[in-house]
Amino acid sequence: MNLVSQVKYLLKKEILLEWRSKYALNGILLYVISTVFVCYLSFRTTPPLVWNALFWIIMLFAAINAIAKSFMQESRGRLLYYYQIASPQAIILAKIIYNILLMILMAVIALVFYSIVFKNEVGDEGLYFLSVIIGAISFSTVFTMISAIASKAGNNATLMAILSFPVIIPLLMLLIKLSKNAMDGLDRSVSLNEIGVLGAINLIVVATSLLLFPYLWRD
Amino acid sequence: MMHKNWWKILGSILILYTVIGGLLIPVPKLPILHESIRNLYFHVPMWFSMIVIYTVSVVYSIKYLNSNNENHDLIAVECVNTGIVFSFVGLATGMIWANFTWGDFWPNDPKLNSAAIATLMYLAYIVLRGSIDEEQKRAKISAIYNIFAYPVMVVLIFVLPRLTDSLHPGNGGNPGFGSYDLDSNMRLVFYPAVIGWILISVWIMTIRYRIRLIENKQNQII
Repeated sequence: MNLVSQVKYLLKKEILLEWRSKYALNGILLYVISTVFVCYLSFRTTPPLVWNALFWIIMLFAAINAIAKSFMQESRGRLLYYYQIASPQAIILAKIIYNILLMILMAVIALVFYSIVFKNEVGDEGLYFLSVIIGAISFSTVFTMISAIASKAGNNATLMAILSFPVIIPLLMLLIKLSKNAMDGLDRSVSLNEIGVLGAINLIVVATSLLLFPYLWRD
Repeated sequence: MMHKNWWKILGSILILYTVIGGLLIPVPKLPILHESIRNLYFHVPMWFSMIVIYTVSVVYSIKYLNSNNENHDLIAVECVNTGIVFSFVGLATGMIWANFTWGDFWPNDPKLNSAAIATLMYLAYIVLRGSIDEEQKRAKISAIYNIFAYPVMVVLIFVLPRLTDSLHPGNGGNPGFGSYDLDSNMRLVFYPAVIGWILISVWIMTIRYRIRLIENKQNQII
């Protein structure tokens, strides 16, 4: 089997498994919605800067919780089975794509719910939406590889957090800047720089994941 | 003896020269900075050395993944340990300098924040190593994290501060310090300082590495 069909099969299997239990999906959705609600009850109204920062913090923690699971739920036996039928690149690619889909779904629902509960003026809604999608993709690419590393090192949540925070902070800084530009309704050409750098970082992260995962997966 | 250790002697002489020359050779009189501009000879080389030593660390992590040679892992981890020391010294000298010129130990500046986050990244590397008991597994996983974090660290330190306004020269459209406020007298001290501190950082790393080798030998069952 070539890489593309392997990725397709693995992706189908991830989605099927998720669809049967709906555990991760429902869990994350409830997590996001209750966090948004807690924030709403404690803040009521927020200035625009806080509104934006709060949204990204909620997204960050939801993403860490969602993606930390991606390698934990794989049992040892099932991993051994994968080793025999698929290439490591296919496995990590399938995981990344699955996490991207999951995160985009979650981010869109979170954004809709967040803007219904918290009323706020967004100058350029299209660009804000784009920044949320780029954010979801960035979280997935970075956290998938980190969760693979953390799962090899005893699977604890503390490790996942301390390994991923320093790596995600530069992306988060760019995302907050990009979404702030969108809120202020600045001309889109101003934000091209941020979008370019975010795209480049994502490419680098995916490329290093593809290169490094083959060394990581075998015990 | 001599042909192996010449760079250590060179490093020591250069540092000695920059300490004496850095404090005595006249510097341009600039507003705000005044005599504190001499800190350039001590603050900036710390970051150069840190970047060089982290790069060496990544090279040895890649080598480890290809060779499974335990010594390569030892070099990689000692590079990170040394780099962390240099980053702390760099932060400390920077904070003192910032207090005199910008009026605050921690002004909200992207370069400061980036440097602090990069240090967090490598502290996380140390914690990751601490969490795994089995030696080969620890070496492999930490090497992978080291290589994974390095490109992000480069973006963090070299790209991000240039996108935003910064108090540091060379950022946010400010010209680099080389172009207008580094006169030929200062170059005469600054470049030797950079080379000297890089050599010293490598020296510190090799000493720590050799101590680890001896410890390993002692702990072996004969």
